[in-house]
Amino acid sequence: MSDDIQDLVERLPLLGDAVLVTLLMTVGGALLAVVIAVLLGFGSRTQTLWVRGPSRVVVEFFRGTSLVVQLFWLFYVLPVFGFKMEALAVAIVALGLNYGAYASEVVRGSIASVPQGQWEAATALNMTWFHKVRRVIFPQAWALMIPMLANLLIQLLKGSALAYYITLQDVNFWTVELRRATADTFFSYTAGLIVYFIIAYLLTWGMNILEERAKRRLGRGTRPTLRETFGLKPASNPRLANTAGAPAGGGGA
Amino acid sequence: MNNDSIWDWERAWEVLPDLLQGLSVTIQMTVLGMIIASVLGLFIALAMRTPSRWLTTPLKFVVDFIRMTPLLVQLVFVYLLLTWVPGYVVGFVVLGVHYATYMSEVYRAGIEAVPKGQWEAATALNMAKGRTWRAVILPQAIRNTLPGLGNYAISMFKETPFLFAISVTEMYKAGQDYGANTFSYIEALTMVGLLFLAVSYPTSLLVRRMEIRLA
Repeated sequence: MSDDIQDLVERLPLLGDAVLVTLLMTVGGALLAVVIAVLLGFGSRTQTLWVRGPSRVVVEFFRGTSLVVQLFWLFYVLPVFGFKMEALAVAIVALGLNYGAYASEVVRGSIASVPQGQWEAATALNMTWFHKVRRVIFPQAWALMIPMLANLLIQLLKGSALAYYITLQDVNFWTVELRRATADTFFSYTAGLIVYFIIAYLLTWGMNILEERAKRRLGRGTRPTLRETFGLKPASNPRLANTAGAPAGGGGA
Repeated sequence: MNNDSIWDWERAWEVLPDLLQGLSVTIQMTVLGMIIASVLGLFIALAMRTPSRWLTTPLKFVVDFIRMTPLLVQLVFVYLLLTWVPGYVVGFVVLGVHYATYMSEVYRAGIEAVPKGQWEAATALNMAKGRTWRAVILPQAIRNTLPGLGNYAISMFKETPFLFAISVTEMYKAGQDYGANTFSYIEALTMVGLLFLAVSYPTSLLVRRMEIRLA
């Protein structure tokens, strides 16, 4: 055991690099996912069929085919068509597309949950569509969607462990290397899982703060108790969140 | 090698039997995993309702730990640790335990959604605690959880490809093996994706209908 600890301490600098790769994928994938989610979320709401149709098809396609298949498809098959991407880019694109499709349902549901009167009031003030969305509708929908997006972010982090199989040196890779050095499966994998847990915990914490800020900007802020700030909220499956305010686990997968 | 086009229909047909074989493994894993998840999830939800903090605090930590760490790493961990257990058993058990942590939340919400009056009525009828749960609360709570169960089944179905890491030949692994043998991934992996879509999309429509009917 003391040898194990020594091996672990020797590998701490490498852990820094590994965490960086995992975080790059998580944050990069999440940013791409948010952009896709907003585009597809609004696209799925429009009355125009030639926008709504393709948006729905893209959403159902990326939700319906597994993340694993998408990632390896981008890695193995896309080069056949002449698109060769860096492994890191493949991981970010695959995670962003897959979770972006899930998140678009969150965006769509949250926007639908903003009371109709808000749209009408903004129209009465002669705001343009973009102005209405940016200043009135989206800030309210944003506060609703953060808890569900936080769950998706954790799912995305967990999905990023797959990147080890497309040659990326992430936390999963570090765990495998630690096992090779210590020849102790239990120790190395427990260490690896704890690293993932800490990252997930910090991300959840950051999202709790973001939610608090979003609520305060709407004038609905309450000072959260320490327990609320540091606690892990019980999560319904993030991926299933279909409409805001649906019962836990509700919505179509 | 067919140089005229990138996509070769002949190859697509050739790989299909392997993939269907893999699909049946995928479905078996999903069914067995969901049985574990729905039973264990209920037990977790019930255990979390006990007033003893000595039980709930450690349990909540374990549940959060499993829920917030990657399924893929958990699978490989258990597979390497319990070398004598065959991969497919590790596969559906780890899937089941991972999803039990999700399902426990569904049950919790389902139990909390049973109106308070139901508890009071059971008390008024002088029902024993066990009977209240069995005859009054759980039948209503479980009805609330059915859409969640269906959705998680679909979600688990799409996560079974992770089992490739512990050499279970489910549908994705079958496609990947074919690709590795023929140096041509395009038909195999595309077909795998389309088969996933072909199963999960209609199922999700069914679940959505069930959800509307039960609501």
